Amino acid sequence: MLHIHCPHCGEYREEEEFHYKGQAHIARPTNPEACSDQEWGEYLYFRDNPRGDHREVWFHATGCRKFFNVVRNTLTYEIRESYLIGTEPAGSAD
Amino acid sequence: MSQVNRLKSGGRIDRDRPISFKWRGKTLTGFEGDTLASALLANGVSTVARSFKYSRPRGVVAAGAEEPNAIMQLGSTQATQIPNVRATQQALYEGLAAAPTSGWPSLRFDLMGLVGKIAGSAMPPGFYYKTFMYPKTFWMTYEKFIRRAAGFGRAPKKPDPDQYDKVNQHCDVLVVGGGPAGLMAALTAASSGARVILADEQEEMGGQLLSSLETIDGKSGTDWVKTVLAQLSAMNDVTLLPRATVNGYHDHNFLTIHERLTDHLNVQSGSVRQRLHRVRAKWVVLATGAHERPLVFGNNDLPGCMLCSAVSTYINRYAVVPGQRLVVMTSNDSGYQAAIDWHQAGREVVAVVDTREGVQGDLVNAARARGITIFQGSGIIDVKGRHRVQGVEIAKIDVQSHRVVGGSQQLLCDTVASSGGWSPVVHLSCHTGRRPEWDQDALGFVPAPTSEPMVAAGSVTGCVSTADAVKQGRDAAVRIAEELSLMPADVAIPTTESREQSQGMAVFHIPHTKPTSRAPKQFVDFQNDVTAAAIEISCSEGFESIEHVKRYTALGFGTDQGKLGNINGLAIAAAVQQKSIPEVGTTMFRPNYTPVSFGAMAGRDCGALFDPIRYTAMHAWHARQGAMFEDVGQWKRPWYFPKGRESLADAVNRECVATRESVGILDASTLGKIDIQGPGAREFLGRVYTNAWAKLAPGRCRYGLMCGEDGMVFDDGVTSCLGEQHFLMTTTTGGAARVLEWLEFYHQTEWPDLELYMTSVTDQWATMTVSGPNSRQLLAKITDIDLSADSFGYMDWKPGVVAGVPARIFRISFTGELSFEINVQANYGLHVWEALFEAGAEFNLTPYGTETMHVLRAEKGFIIAGQDTDGSITPYDLGMDWAVSRNKPFSFIGKRGMARADCVRADRKQWVGIKTQDPSIVLPEGAQGVFDPNAPVPMPMVGHITSSYWSANLGRSIAQGFVKGGLGKMGEAVYYPLADGSVVQAEICSPVFIDPEGERQHV
Repeated sequence: MLHIHCPHCGEYREEEEFHYKGQAHIARPTNPEACSDQEWGEYLYFRDNPRGDHREVWFHATGCRKFFNVVRNTLTYEIRESYLIGTEPAGSAD
Repeated sequence: MSQVNRLKSGGRIDRDRPISFKWRGKTLTGFEGDTLASALLANGVSTVARSFKYSRPRGVVAAGAEEPNAIMQLGSTQATQIPNVRATQQALYEGLAAAPTSGWPSLRFDLMGLVGKIAGSAMPPGFYYKTFMYPKTFWMTYEKFIRRAAGFGRAPKKPDPDQYDKVNQHCDVLVVGGGPAGLMAALTAASSGARVILADEQEEMGGQLLSSLETIDGKSGTDWVKTVLAQLSAMNDVTLLPRATVNGYHDHNFLTIHERLTDHLNVQSGSVRQRLHRVRAKWVVLATGAHERPLVFGNNDLPGCMLCSAVSTYINRYAVVPGQRLVVMTSNDSGYQAAIDWHQAGREVVAVVDTREGVQGDLVNAARARGITIFQGSGIIDVKGRHRVQGVEIAKIDVQSHRVVGGSQQLLCDTVASSGGWSPVVHLSCHTGRRPEWDQDALGFVPAPTSEPMVAAGSVTGCVSTADAVKQGRDAAVRIAEELSLMPADVAIPTTESREQSQGMAVFHIPHTKPTSRAPKQFVDFQNDVTAAAIEISCSEGFESIEHVKRYTALGFGTDQGKLGNINGLAIAAAVQQKSIPEVGTTMFRPNYTPVSFGAMAGRDCGALFDPIRYTAMHAWHARQGAMFEDVGQWKRPWYFPKGRESLADAVNRECVATRESVGILDASTLGKIDIQGPGAREFLGRVYTNAWAKLAPGRCRYGLMCGEDGMVFDDGVTSCLGEQHFLMTTTTGGAARVLEWLEFYHQTEWPDLELYMTSVTDQWATMTVSGPNSRQLLAKITDIDLSADSFGYMDWKPGVVAGVPARIFRISFTGELSFEINVQANYGLHVWEALFEAGAEFNLTPYGTETMHVLRAEKGFIIAGQDTDGSITPYDLGMDWAVSRNKPFSFIGKRGMARADCVRADRKQWVGIKTQDPSIVLPEGAQGVFDPNAPVPMPMVGHITSSYWSANLGRSIAQGFVKGGLGKMGEAVYYPLADGSVVQAEICSPVFIDPEGERQHV
C-alpha cells in the first residue's frame, strides 16, 4: 500500500484515501472540433506505459477532495514527488 | 504409549504441567512448552502425513515455519476447524485436537495410491497436465477427487465463533525476528529513543538461542534473552509481539503482522483470537534468520529423516530425542552439533557422514573427542525402511563429477539428520519485487542492497556466528538512529563463544550409483512432492527458465513457498543446464510468508460491518409495511411492497395499476444530489451536459445527459435552477459518487478559472415522489403551494411548506403521470411521508418500489443509465437527439467524441421498443436479436434486449433494446432465439408504449 504525500494537505496519507486517475499532463484540446479523429483518439485512449518514472494524477477522495500529480516509478513504486496540477515536477528533466 | 522419547531433564518445558491432546482421535500427553510437533515426537509418532502426490508416509522434518510435512487440521468442532497449521508452530494446549490435512488415514480407500498405480510407478512432472487433460470435460471430475484425496485442509463448515482485530500501527523501527540480531537491534534502537516494534513468529523470543547450548555474555542463551526482554519491556516506546509473524513486506515500508493471541490456549470464544497489525514503519530491520537446508538423497523423505538443526532443537528446547540411533550427513560444521547433542542426550550416534575431506573445525573435533565415527568424502546415497528409517547406505562420493566413487556399506539407524548449509530467509526482502543476490561464501541468496529504508542483520545476511549476528543487529540500529537524527545509544556488544569453523561445501544433491531418473526418489520439495528427477526431466523437456521449472513441477508452490527446497531445486536445474546458481536465478517469493487466516484479514469487517449500509429517512416505515428491499450501491431501497402473500409479480402489477389509476408514492431519496453554486456554475453545466443551460431560469428544471469525452452516455438526471448562480443536480443512485468526482476532476484540472463550488447533499434531503392522476389533489391537502397547472407548470419547481415543514417541490415525472417530487430536510422525511399517507387514504395512495418504478418508466420509454446504456451508447443511439445541443459555443464533453466516424454510422445499434408477436411472452433481458432466424449458426446478432417487463396497464409484455439501424426499421420484424430453442418473433416499434403525446403529465 502506497504512502502518498498530498500537497494540498501537506501530509503523507495511506493509499486507501486516494483514487488513481491515470497519466498526468494530458490537456483537453482547446478546440476539439479542430482535431482529426486520429488526434481525438490519441487524446482519448493512448497513454504512456513506461518502465520507470511516470507522472500521474491522484485524487484525495476521502481527504481534501483535491487532485494533484505525483511522479511514481512504475518499477519500484517509489514516489519521487507530489506537485500541484498546473505545475511541473521539480525533478523533471524536460 | 507414554512419552518414550522424552528426556528426564532439560528443555524449556514444564514437566509439572502435563497436557493431554488428541491426535487422530487418540489421546496423548505432552507438557506445557511443547509444540504439537515436539509432543508427537515425544510420543514416538513418526508418521504424521501422507504426501500430496505419491501418498508416501512423511514425518516431522523441521522445527519451525519451514516444516513441509506436519501440516495439520486443528479443531474439535465444525465451527473451529483450522486448516494448514504447521505442527512445529502450534503450541500445545489442553484439549487440542489435531489430524493430518492429507486424506490419509481417514480415507480407507487410498485414492492417491491408486492414481499412482494407474500412472505407473513414477508420476512424472506435468503428470496432471499430461494425464488428466482428456477428455477435457472430465477434468472437473478428476480434479474434485484428486483435491479431496490429496488434502489441502478443510474450511470450517459453520460460522467462525472467534473475533479478530485489525490494528494500524506506526513506528520508527520494525524489527522482524527476535533472535540475537533482532534483539540487539531492538535494544539499541529503543535505547536510542526510537519507537520500536519487535515481532517474532515463535512462541517466545530468542530464535536460535532457545535451542542452543552456546553461552552469551557469560550466561546461557536463554538467560541473555530474558535479560534483554526485561530491558525492552521496561521501555515505553517498545511493543513486543511474540507469536506474531511478519507475513508481508509491501510498498513504502508497509508491513503486515499476523499476531496469534489465543491459538496457544484452550479458550472459549469471546476474546480476540488473532490480530492483523498494519504497520507503516520508518525503518525495518530484517533479522529473519536462516533455514537449514536438507541434502537431497535417495528416499530422503522417509519418516525419521530430519534437519540437523531440528534434531538439536528438539533435544535442547523440548527435551525430546526423536529416535534411538542417529546418522548425520553434513556438508558443513554445524551438522556436527546434532550428533553432539544426540550423544549428550545419551543415545547412540552411529556415524557422521561428511561430504568433505580433511575437516578440522571445533565442532568436528568435539565430535571426534566423543568417539563419534566420522566418514569423510562420503554421502548417504539411499535410506532403507518402509514406514520409518531402518538404515542407510553410504558410499564415497565425488561431488564435482556427481558420482559414487567407492563401494557402499549399510549402517543401521532409525534417524537421519542432514545439513546442506543454511538458506537465509530472504522471503520478506523479495515481497516488493527485489530479487535476492547469490552469496558464494554463504552458499545462499541474501537480500540485495536497497534504497528502501531497510537493513538486514544476522544470519539472513549469510553470517553464521552469534558474534556476527549481535554485532550486525547493533550496527543496523546505530545506522537507523543516525538516519532518524537520534543519538545512537552505546549498547555494549555481548561476548560470545568463538568457534573455529571449516568452510562448508557447495553440495546439494547426493549422487547415487544409478542415474537420477532410475535412482530411488530423491525429494527436493516434500510438500509438493517434487523430486530431483522431476526437475531434471522438466529441464530436458525444455522448461529451462526456473520460473517454468517451478510451474511445471510445482517446486516451491503454495504455503511452502520454497522454504526448504528452493535452493536445492535451483542447484539441480543449474547442474543439468551446466550453469551456475546465480545464472539460473531464483523464483520470486510472494506474500504471505506463512498462511494467514481469513478471519485475521477480515477483522471486524464482516457481517453487518462488511460494508456500510445506507438507509433513507423513511426506511423504518418501509420495513414496518413488510417491504422487500434490494441493494442499490450501499443503499437499501424498497423493491416492492407485497400485501399479504402477494408474489413479486402480483405486487408490481397492483402497484403499477394503482399509480396510473390514482396515485402512487416512491421513496426517491437515494438519487444523488449535488448542490452547485457560483458565478461559473451555469457555464460549467453547459460544458458537462449535452444540452443547453444558458437560459434555464430560476424556478425551472431540465433533464440532462452526461457523456464521456468519447461521446458515450454515462449518467443522467434532472438539474434545477435554484437561483441565477445556484443549481441542484440529481444523478442516478449508483452514479452519485462517480459523477461528483468526475465533475470535480474537470473543474480542478481543466477549468479552474470557473468559480463554482460543489457539495454532495444526497443525505441532507429526503425525497418522495407522488405520481398519478390524483397526485395534485393529494398534495394540495397538505401544502400551501398553489399546484394548479397555470401557476405550477411541468418542469417547474417551487419552495413552500408541506405538512408544516419547509419543502421544495419539483414537478418532474419519471412515470409519465402528473408527478410531484417533494424534497424536505431528511429528518422531516418520515413525518412528511406519514402525513402524505394520512391524506392519501381516500386516494388509495400506494407505495411502490424500484421494480414498479422500472416498469412505469419503461412503459413511458425512459432510459435507465447503466441498464439501457453500457458505455458504448451515444445519445443518438438512444434516439435522444433532442437532449443534445450542437449549437452551444463551448465544445461540451462528448460532442467531439460522438462526431467520430464510427459514432455517426447509420447502422449503429439503436434503442427501440420491441413488441413481441405473442403479447404474453416477456423476453429475457440480454436476449440477442437476429433478422433471419433461419440463418446458419453462428447467426449474425443485431442487438440485445436491455429492458423487458410485463405491463399490467397494457395487458401485454413490453421491451426495449438495441437493433442495428433500428430507428429506421419501425414496424419490421426481429427474432429472438432463446436458450430453450424457441424463437420469439417481435416487431420493432417506438420505445414509448404509453401516452406518446404526453397528455397525462401535462395536466
